[in-house]
Amino acid sequence: MHNFAYHAPASLDAALKLIGEKEDGKIIAGGMTLLPTLKQRLAAPSDLIDLAGLPDLRGVKKEGGHIVIGAMTTHYEVATSDVVKAAIPALAHLASIIGDPAVRHRGTIGGSLANSDPAADYPGAAMGLNATIVTNKRAIAAEDYFLGLFETALERDEIIVSVRFPIPEKAAYQKFRHPASGYAVAGVMVSKTGAQVRVGVTGAGPNAFRARDFEAALEKSFTAEAIKDVKMSPDSLLSDIHCSAEYRAHLVGVLARRAVAQA
Amino acid sequence: MGQFGIGQPLRRLEDPRLLVGGGRYADDARIEGQFWGVFLRSPHAHADILAMDLAAARAAPGVKAIFTAADLDAAGMPDMACEVELKSLAGEAMARPQRPILARGKTRFVGECVALVVADTQAHARDAAELIAVDYAPRPAVAGAQAALRPDAPRVWDELTSNLPVHWENGPVGPVDAAMAGAAHRVRLRIVNDRLVPAPMEPKGALAAWDKAASKLTLWAPTQGGRRIQATIAKRFLGLEQEQVRVISQDVGGGFGMRGQTYPEYVALGFAARALDGAVKWRADRTETFVSDYHGRDQVNEAEMGLDAQGRIVALKIHTVLNLGAYMAENGPRLPMEGGGRIIPCCYHAPHFYFSVKPVFTNTVSTDTYRGAGRPEANFLMERLMDKAAAACGLPRDEIRRRNFIAQFPYKTPLGYSIDSGDFAAGLDQALRMADWAQFETRRAEAKRRGKLRGIGVAAFIEAAGGRAPVEDMRLQAAPDGSVTIFSGSHSHGQGHATVFAQLAHEFLGVAPERVTLVQGDTDVTPKGSIGTFGSRSSMMGGGGLKAAAEKIVAKGKRIAAALMQSEAEQVSFAQGVFRAGASEVSFAAVAAAAHDPAKLPEGMAPGLDESHLFQREAENFPNGCHVCEVEIDPETGTTEILRYVAVDDCGIVLNPLIVHGQVHGGVAQGVGQATIEKVVYDEEAQLVSASFMDYGMPRASGVPYIEAGFNAVPCKTNPLGVKGAGEAGACGAPPAYVGAVADALRDFGADHIDMPLTPEKVWRAIHGKG
Ligand SMILES: Cc1cc2nc3c(=O)[nH]c(=O)nc-3n(C[C@H](O)[C@H](O)[C@H](O)COP(=O)(O)OP(=O)(O)OC[C@H]3O[C@@H](n4cnc5c(N)ncnc54)[C@H](O)[C@@H]3O)c2cc1C
Repeated sequence: MHNFAYHAPASLDAALKLIGEKEDGKIIAGGMTLLPTLKQRLAAPSDLIDLAGLPDLRGVKKEGGHIVIGAMTTHYEVATSDVVKAAIPALAHLASIIGDPAVRHRGTIGGSLANSDPAADYPGAAMGLNATIVTNKRAIAAEDYFLGLFETALERDEIIVSVRFPIPEKAAYQKFRHPASGYAVAGVMVSKTGAQVRVGVTGAGPNAFRARDFEAALEKSFTAEAIKDVKMSPDSLLSDIHCSAEYRAHLVGVLARRAVAQA
Repeated sequence: MGQFGIGQPLRRLEDPRLLVGGGRYADDARIEGQFWGVFLRSPHAHADILAMDLAAARAAPGVKAIFTAADLDAAGMPDMACEVELKSLAGEAMARPQRPILARGKTRFVGECVALVVADTQAHARDAAELIAVDYAPRPAVAGAQAALRPDAPRVWDELTSNLPVHWENGPVGPVDAAMAGAAHRVRLRIVNDRLVPAPMEPKGALAAWDKAASKLTLWAPTQGGRRIQATIAKRFLGLEQEQVRVISQDVGGGFGMRGQTYPEYVALGFAARALDGAVKWRADRTETFVSDYHGRDQVNEAEMGLDAQGRIVALKIHTVLNLGAYMAENGPRLPMEGGGRIIPCCYHAPHFYFSVKPVFTNTVSTDTYRGAGRPEANFLMERLMDKAAAACGLPRDEIRRRNFIAQFPYKTPLGYSIDSGDFAAGLDQALRMADWAQFETRRAEAKRRGKLRGIGVAAFIEAAGGRAPVEDMRLQAAPDGSVTIFSGSHSHGQGHATVFAQLAHEFLGVAPERVTLVQGDTDVTPKGSIGTFGSRSSMMGGGGLKAAAEKIVAKGKRIAAALMQSEAEQVSFAQGVFRAGASEVSFAAVAAAAHDPAKLPEGMAPGLDESHLFQREAENFPNGCHVCEVEIDPETGTTEILRYVAVDDCGIVLNPLIVHGQVHGGVAQGVGQATIEKVVYDEEAQLVSASFMDYGMPRASGVPYIEAGFNAVPCKTNPLGVKGAGEAGACGAPPAYVGAVADALRDFGADHIDMPLTPEKVWRAIHGKG
């Protein structure tokens, strides 16, 4: 790890000011992704700006038809929140199977979405539940947020403040775990709200995306049977030492059917 | 004897200490004013080093010194040698190029040590290492052994004409071919036994400290005993007497065979400590352990078995290609023919046997001993062949094994080893019974109704235990209060010697186990002839040494007791901690006290009750067993779940069933790991792609089944305790039992073998004909 200056601002404004001033300042939330990269010297920021001291960024609220989760809320807090469990149990379940207990007690929803790891779980939820990512500047629809491998619409001086999830009629998340890392080789969040169906896919592609063919078929009939013959093309999916794109495409179909059956 | 002696499930005495953080590992050693060492490692799999500019690094804050091959060469430091000598059938000796401690002019694998930077802190040493400018000229590299055999493959050694240092064969192929031609059935298989990382919990690390006044180097490092490393570092590398090096490995977080070697890092650190007249500490991070610990397995086997009409083996041919890595590790090339060769062709009689081994250089980390060291590979190959042969002969898988089991003992193997005892058929029957093999088809049908594919696999295996070195030195010392200290040549790095050896001391001397202390892993203190622990040898070697040392203690004790009881030594008996003569008796503690009181000793007897024994083994022992695994596959995803796992082991007389079961559980976990998720992957440029736990699948508790373990104990005839090793058995049984189960589940899909690890995708492909 290289040397850096550590800051613990007490307000969002102070944090933003530091980001603006420092040459190569970086926000740190749970540190579960950032710290290993620092330790391996893959990144060497001049300053770390810790959001832990901003109580407004932490916690879960129900606001009308939405669940609003502060960016600094840990996976453990989401997994065990009575509010989330009552409104969107699929989301609580998703949070409960991220990594291991240590990771769930440190890692945050804001950090996960800011990082946009192709294999992370929350991006699938953001897509599949039609979430809005709220920053200090604006509200970004999930669909406009994920731009590529580890790439998001966030600007340098933009901090995620909260994530808004509309409460669906029903939803379910299915994950196929990577045997080594525990991340998603593929993960599918399916939700239904009135006539609208969302199928969010993570793990399979360079970033989370909607499986629109599945959505269309499910909007006609919300049954596993309805998507039995819908195929995902492997063309833009990931292939690595663990799984081929072809297998990932196949898994998306299986997981989508199972999620629909479970929802 | 009694509650705590041989055969009793005494709980591990060392666990409370280890669980509350009382372990003393290499990294716990620190010396005031110590420096920190960091190794600069090659990022290239194969490159010429054209130049190295150290100026900026030398000028960096805190830097004390930087060592490269030039410094070692200037001091006349030799290179590392492989211990193995092999010959081809025609008598040509194996080429044995040596490994420089630090890369000299060329690097041959990713992670090779190029320089050692020593600074006041680890961070400063790291910073400085980044400032070393190495001018590399990359060359084409090769990672796979078979690819390295192609005539146009990049050559790892310019000095050699190919990447093949020797082609070893056990004899001419002609007679075996002739027998094969006459076989009623012939089956063939190509099996890749993939490369694994040992990945012990404790990464490599060391503290090397030079004491100028005493002219002595002390090295704290995780070893499996340290005596050999002491000798090598002292005599070969530093030009010292053996006693001028002290190696300390008090507690070690996992050995698995990869800790017995003199790694180049230890030598470089020792050199640096002496050169700087100080202490140099080094701690590898996890990535460093992935790229520099010696790896295991990595064989490709092509095998053919011929059988007669009744399903009896008539001939067996095996071609093994072994990936050595860039450098021959100490044991590297001998693993197939000596590691596996001691037992091959495993539990079966094969009247005609041909065995060819090609060890091959590649641009990868060296391979060496890893839990089983050649025996898991050999057993896996044989068991996969037997399953295939069963199908070809139309016999049940258990029946074909029964027909071919070795049943007459002692049995002389084709490579000349003598198996003293065993009852393979009994082990098989017991395992099948425990696993309810007979009713399996009902369970398969039930699973099918649920849309699942169920399969069952059976694997018989045999092991060879005792290791190469035929001696071990053990010392027993009784204090005046009757407590006992064992100075052990055997070394526990997780096995539980503090418990088992205490049980033995209790058995032989009657002392309570909690009054027995184990001292190990310090070459200044452990007996001179000590060797260490590897090859499942401690029960036989350490146990045998202890027994003999205890007998000497009892013999002397009888003479002291006779004096105390005014009797004759010949009249004194000893049992359960009490010396008796006629109606008189005296306790072991009283005799121990008297032993330290010259007034109470018989005339001319030296005081003390302190005896050593250099145990010499007669032969190795041959643990064996039979494992049954039952799995269920989700055909939609290829996900496979282990529903039942039965392990029946013959490890001879069981000293402590809890400890043996623990060894079996650990071995099965490693075997299941290999069968399901573990795999080292190098890419086309021979870059190590699986260099962290994010990419390398380590088995977790959730992936390891509940294990129903049983014993089929047939006492060993060639050692005093009747024991057979237990440490490596699980790793032999699990891979073939698991793969056999999956292949059985997929029998309707024409997949008779899938190479490990059987990832969901591979299984899914086999089911859907996407091979
Ligand atoms: C062993 C292990 C296993 C894991 N398994 C899984 C898994 O199964 N599934 C899964 O989804 N994830 C997994 N993770 C990732 C983990 O869940 C965290 O979500 C992730 O590391 C990021 O969250 P964090 O709070 O730790 O962010 P940090 O590491 O602190 O930050 C990550 C990045 O986000 C930026 N950032 C953080 N917060 C904000 C914000 N509010 N606004 C803008 N930018 C911000 C930081 O600057 C940094 O670039 C795993 C991690 C580990 C270490």
